[in-house]
Amino acid sequence: MSEQSTSSGGAAPKLASRDPGARPYGDLRADLLKRDRSLREKVMSLSDAASFVQDGMTVGIGGSTMSRTPMAMIWELMRQKKRHLSASRCIVSTDGDLLFGSDVADEIVTSWFAQGILWGLSKVMRHHVESGSKLYQEWSHMAVGMRFRAGAMGVPFMPTRAMLGSDIIGQRPEAKEIDCPFTGEKLLLVPALNPDVAIIHVQRCDPYGNAQIDGLQFMDVDLAMAANRVILTTERIVSNDQIRRRPDQTKIPFFCVDAVVEVPFGSAPHECFGVYEPMMKHMEAYVAQVNADPVAGMRDYLDRHVYGPKSWNEFLSLIGMDEIIEASRQGRSIYND
Amino acid sequence: MTEAHRYTATEILAILSSRQLTDGQVVFAGVGIPLLAATLAQKLRCPGLTILFEGGVVGAFVEPGKLPPSTNDQRCTKRANMVLGSAEVLLLLQRGYVDIGFMGGAQIDRHGNLNSSFIGDPAKPKIRLPGSGGGNDISSLTNMIVAMKHEKRRFVEQVDFITSPGFIRGGKTRAESGLPAGGMFRVITELAVFGFDETSRSMTVLALNPSVTREEVQDNTGFELAFSPSATVTEPPTDHELATLRTIDPDRLFTA
Repeated sequence: MSEQSTSSGGAAPKLASRDPGARPYGDLRADLLKRDRSLREKVMSLSDAASFVQDGMTVGIGGSTMSRTPMAMIWELMRQKKRHLSASRCIVSTDGDLLFGSDVADEIVTSWFAQGILWGLSKVMRHHVESGSKLYQEWSHMAVGMRFRAGAMGVPFMPTRAMLGSDIIGQRPEAKEIDCPFTGEKLLLVPALNPDVAIIHVQRCDPYGNAQIDGLQFMDVDLAMAANRVILTTERIVSNDQIRRRPDQTKIPFFCVDAVVEVPFGSAPHECFGVYEPMMKHMEAYVAQVNADPVAGMRDYLDRHVYGPKSWNEFLSLIGMDEIIEASRQGRSIYND
Repeated sequence: MTEAHRYTATEILAILSSRQLTDGQVVFAGVGIPLLAATLAQKLRCPGLTILFEGGVVGAFVEPGKLPPSTNDQRCTKRANMVLGSAEVLLLLQRGYVDIGFMGGAQIDRHGNLNSSFIGDPAKPKIRLPGSGGGNDISSLTNMIVAMKHEKRRFVEQVDFITSPGFIRGGKTRAESGLPAGGMFRVITELAVFGFDETSRSMTVLALNPSVTREEVQDNTGFELAFSPSATVTEPPTDHELATLRTIDPDRLFTA
C-alpha cells in the first residue's frame, strides 16, 4: 500500500491507483513468515476481525455479484469508518456501491460494476466515477482471475489471451503485451494481485479456519492463497471432526486463515448457496432509493441500515422476517429434486 | 404490422437467437436474452446443448420460472453437470472447448466490436458503463452471437471504446492483434439477422425479420450496411416457440 496522492493544485484531489501489482517475491515470502500460521482457534467478533483491515489497504472480496458476498464484514468496515481502501473482486454488485457511497474505498478493481443486470447502470458507481472522486479499474473477468491466480501461485504474472486488441489494454498500463519466447505469439501478461486482506464468506468452517464452500466457489480459493491475511465469516462454525468427515469439501486450509467469525445470514441481502437466495425486495428498494439519488439516497440507506442498527441481527430484522424466510426457502430448494 | 402484435421486440430477439444454436454445441451464455435463448433452444431442438455460465457452471438446465438474476447465482447450477471456479470456466474458452459465446450488447460497430465500458472520452466519460465482465474473454476467444436492441445510437460506425473485440478494424486486424481464434458470427436484432463479410469483416444483413424493410434497417443503423445477395426473410416466431419462451420466463424478467 502507498499513500494516497493528491494534486498540488488544490482542486479536486487526483486519485492514483493503489493496486500494487506484482510485488517482489522476497517481500511476499517475508510477509508470510511474519504470520502466525499455527493450528489455533481464531474465532472472534466481527469488530475484532475488522481490525485486520487498516486504512489504505488493498482488500480482496470473495464471492461474485450477488453471491456469497461478505456483506456483514463490509457492513462492519463501514461502521468502523475505514478509509482509502482499494478493493478487488471478480464482479461487484451493491457491495461496490456501498464501499464507494460510505467512502470506505476509493478504488475498486473488478470486471463489472453495477447493482445487477436487472437494474441497468448503477447511479452510485456513475456518480463517483464520472466525477473523478473514485476509481473503477476495469479488467476482463478472466484477467481478474489470472491476477489472483498469479498471486496464489507466488509468481509475478500470468499470461492470458484475453484483452488483446481491446481498448481495455490502453487503460491498464500495468498489463504488458509480449511476444511469447516459445511460439512468438502475442500474449498479455497480467500482474499478480496479492491483497493485504481477503474477506470471504463461507457456509461452514471449523474454529481453525478450515473452510468448506458449497456450490459456486468463484475465485475464493485463489484469493485466499494470494492474500496476506484472510478473514472468514461463516454461516456456521462446525467441529474439526465434522470437517474431517468430508475433506473433499474443504476449499480453504486453516493455515491461510487469520480470523473466523460466525455470522448467520452474513451475505444478506445477497445470496449464500444452499442457505438463502438474494433478498430481492430489499435489493429492489435499495436500488430504487440510491439510483433516484446516489448521494442523499445512499446517505439515508447508510444511516438507516448500516450506522443505525445496534447489531447485524438488528440489520437483518430491518430486512424483515418474511423476506428472510422466503429467501431461505428458495435457497434450500436448490437441494430439492 | 399484425405480426408485431404477436410478440415483443425482446421475444423475437430470444427466438431468433435460439435458432442460431445447434444441438451438441457448447455455448457460453450471458444473463438475460442469451440465457433465455439458450434455454429455449434446449427445450425445442437442442437437448444436447451444453450451457456454460461465467459463475463456474458447466451443463446448466435453467428451471422455467426460476431464472437466475445473474450468471453467478445458485439457480444457474440447477441440474448442471459440474461447478467450477469462475477462472476455470473462463479458461475453457481459452483452451478452445467453447463453440459459441452468446451475449447482449449496448453499443456495436461495423466490425462487430462491442462497447460496454464508456460513452464519450474514457478520461472524462459522459457515461461510465458497467464494464466487460466475461464479455471481453468470450469475444476474444470464441465465435460470438450478440443479441441486442436495434437503435441508431447503438449501431455506430466505430464504438467509443472496444470492450469486447469483434473484427477490430476489419480485414485481418483481429488475428494481428493476437486473437487468431473466434470472432463475430451473428448479430440478432428485432429488425434483422447479420453476419460479417469474409474479407472486409463488415456487418452484412443475412435476413430481414418479418415485415421489416431494408430501409427500416438502414435508417436505424449509424453506418452503411451491406446486404447479402442471398438475403432472405426470416420465418416468423411460431406459436410453439412463443409459448415455450413464455413458460421459461413467465414473469417477463428478461422479455419485458
